[in-house]
Amino acid sequence: MTDRTSPRTTLSLQARIALAIGSVVAIGGVVVMIAALAYGRHAAREAFDRLLVGAANDIAESITIREGVPVVDMPVSAFELLALAPRDRIDYRVVGLDGDTLTGSPATPRARNIGSPGFYGATFEGEPARYVSVTRRFAERGFTGPVEVIVGHTLHARRDLAFDIAQNAVVVLGAAGVVIAVFAWLAVLSTLRPLGRIGNALARRTPTDLSPMSEPAPREVAALRDALNSFIARLQRQLDANRDLIADTAHQLRTPLAAIRVQLDAVTDETDPDQQRALLNRARDRTVALSRLLEQLLSQGLVIHRGDSARKERLDLRDIALEIYEASELEIAMNGHSVSLDIPESELWVNADRLSLTEAGKNLLGNGIRHGEPPISFGVSGAGGEAHLWFRDAGKGPGETVLTRMGNRFSNGASAGAGGLGLAIAHAVAANHDGRLVPAHGDTGFEIRLVLPAEASA
Amino acid sequence: MIRMVILLVALIGGTGAKAQELTDRIGPADAARELRVRSTTDLEVLRPVLESFLETRPDTAILYEQWLSNSLYRRSIEECEAGSPGADLVISSAVHQLVEFVNRACAASYVSEVTAMLPSDLSWRDELWGITREPAVIVYNRDLVPPEEVPRSRFDLLDTLRNAPERYSGRIATYDIEASGLGFLFAYADSLEATTFGGLLEAFGRTNAVATCCSAEIMDAVSSGKYLIAYNILGSYAFGLAKRNPHLGIVAPSDYTLMLSRGAVLPRGARNRALAAQLVDYLLPPSGQDSLRQANLNTDLDALLEKGAVPEGFGASQLRSIELSPKLLVASDRHKRLLFKEVWLNAFPED
Repeated sequence: MTDRTSPRTTLSLQARIALAIGSVVAIGGVVVMIAALAYGRHAAREAFDRLLVGAANDIAESITIREGVPVVDMPVSAFELLALAPRDRIDYRVVGLDGDTLTGSPATPRARNIGSPGFYGATFEGEPARYVSVTRRFAERGFTGPVEVIVGHTLHARRDLAFDIAQNAVVVLGAAGVVIAVFAWLAVLSTLRPLGRIGNALARRTPTDLSPMSEPAPREVAALRDALNSFIARLQRQLDANRDLIADTAHQLRTPLAAIRVQLDAVTDETDPDQQRALLNRARDRTVALSRLLEQLLSQGLVIHRGDSARKERLDLRDIALEIYEASELEIAMNGHSVSLDIPESELWVNADRLSLTEAGKNLLGNGIRHGEPPISFGVSGAGGEAHLWFRDAGKGPGETVLTRMGNRFSNGASAGAGGLGLAIAHAVAANHDGRLVPAHGDTGFEIRLVLPAEASA
Repeated sequence: MIRMVILLVALIGGTGAKAQELTDRIGPADAARELRVRSTTDLEVLRPVLESFLETRPDTAILYEQWLSNSLYRRSIEECEAGSPGADLVISSAVHQLVEFVNRACAASYVSEVTAMLPSDLSWRDELWGITREPAVIVYNRDLVPPEEVPRSRFDLLDTLRNAPERYSGRIATYDIEASGLGFLFAYADSLEATTFGGLLEAFGRTNAVATCCSAEIMDAVSSGKYLIAYNILGSYAFGLAKRNPHLGIVAPSDYTLMLSRGAVLPRGARNRALAAQLVDYLLPPSGQDSLRQANLNTDLDALLEKGAVPEGFGASQLRSIELSPKLLVASDRHKRLLFKEVWLNAFPED
């Protein structure tokens, strides 16, 4: 208790989800931005490359051969096309045979071995520029050969368009991201609301209210609610068991204690020493019976308690039989009976709580020893996917009333005696293990079997 | 072919011709800063604007060099290639040459609230700005051209030349496109605008029209009666002279009137770039526009109507601006110029 701290509260689910959404949106945004820029650049390049080719073709079309010399009647339309990139400077050159410049700037860069139209980048008066080369072939009187038209312009319009496209894409996708984030946020809020509702319902409860929660909840949260309900039910059962144990114990002990007191009172009244001894002997017998009863009550309490709480494990039923025998050796010796133990060669696996099972066996064997007639035997056998722990004696067994009421908590009243209580314990253990308790009256005596579902052998 | 070679030689031979026509210094003699402005504009036209600019800048003087457009262009390109600009601000009416200048990355970029307000056809790349609005007009001698023969449009001019070829023979003048960059620009713009231009050139050829240099000379000759009609004269000169000279009549052709915006550029790497940029801002609307308007450098439709250069009903759609855009690069194309010159020489044979 000294260093107990309140349980740690980790990062809230909302914060986690916000973090996740934020990361997705941020990473997605960066990816989208890069993609949009790349796409924008590509689109702008395509668009303006076509413009360049259009202008170059225009110029190439305007070339005529006059007196054996190519003459370019420079079309304004070509420059109107190029002026669609309003801030870009224009470079052009028309190259005839032997690389002499017919018109345009002789400084315009040429590229070697590119197709027609062929694109290339170069520098125009200190600025990066994009060029296209278009070749037109002539076969005229006095002039045969190619004339190359080179047109280039700087990249302002391309950059602007690329940026524009990218910006629009980013804006649209950014808006989509925001919408996604908002909806995700709302979804999270609505998802977490049932948790808060269950928490509030629990907090509002009175300390004694152990009824199951009936708040509606979505499937994922319903698992939590149902687990809570099952926990509450277990709590309720434990509480009931405790209460019953106390009530049973009080109820069971009252009669024998009263009897003992009466006998002890009689001893004080009696003057005959023989009678006194006889009374004292009876009082002692009663006390012994009382202590056994007490033991059984505790045993019952233990069994009921463990029914909910104890973890079941994989056990060999033969080991349990041996344990029962060892635990009952003293009682067997005291009664002077001989008990035979019948165990098969192979293991018989069950999934059970060792302590409960041993208690049940001890009680059933004890019943046989105290109330049955020799020969007494018990053992283990398996049949049809079930494991049997059986007890046999040659007596008549308990009466029908006892047997029919053995599942009943108060069957073991004073009239039923400790034997009934033993049956009740065994019955409870069988019920806790999904098994059953099967009594049988036969010609040779009484037999009772504790039947459990068998586990597959390892 | 031979003709083309001759033309080529003529073009190349023109390189490095005479430099500036005139140099003057405006402002205090001991000014700390000197802004070097090179322009094709007559100093007397721009002087009031420059002086009002200097009023608020007592430590500044302007060294003004007046150039012919072709020389100015060649010098500017040479200096750009050498990396040593000789001017802080270049103003030229031959805007196709300035477009070429900008296209060669010779100009510096400048953005201000004022330049940002310019319509897109009056600026390019924030490096070239159109500072004026000047129509290309027809000037005639009021005394010698009878009112019914006054050409209100190019069609009128064609009819007049067809009906009275003898009277007008040798007495029609226009800019020589080889000597004047502006003349070439107007002729080139005409050739793009309408097929009328072909007919005009033919008519000019038939009537032995004269292609000669320079607004001032042409205007004097019209005034004196040597020429009766001058075609495609820059409105700023024409209106200025007509105000003082009642012999001169002015018509903005009603089929279409070319509108020129004189261009300004800041050569890259110039010493006084910031100051030159201030002057650009000052020349653009709204600050310098009153002065420019008084100098007939900002002639819009209202001004044309007011001066009686166009009839009532003349609309803005008939004003054709010469757009400051890379399209003007075609005007600087070598083959284009050669082909154009060939057509031109049919009308104006050399000697």
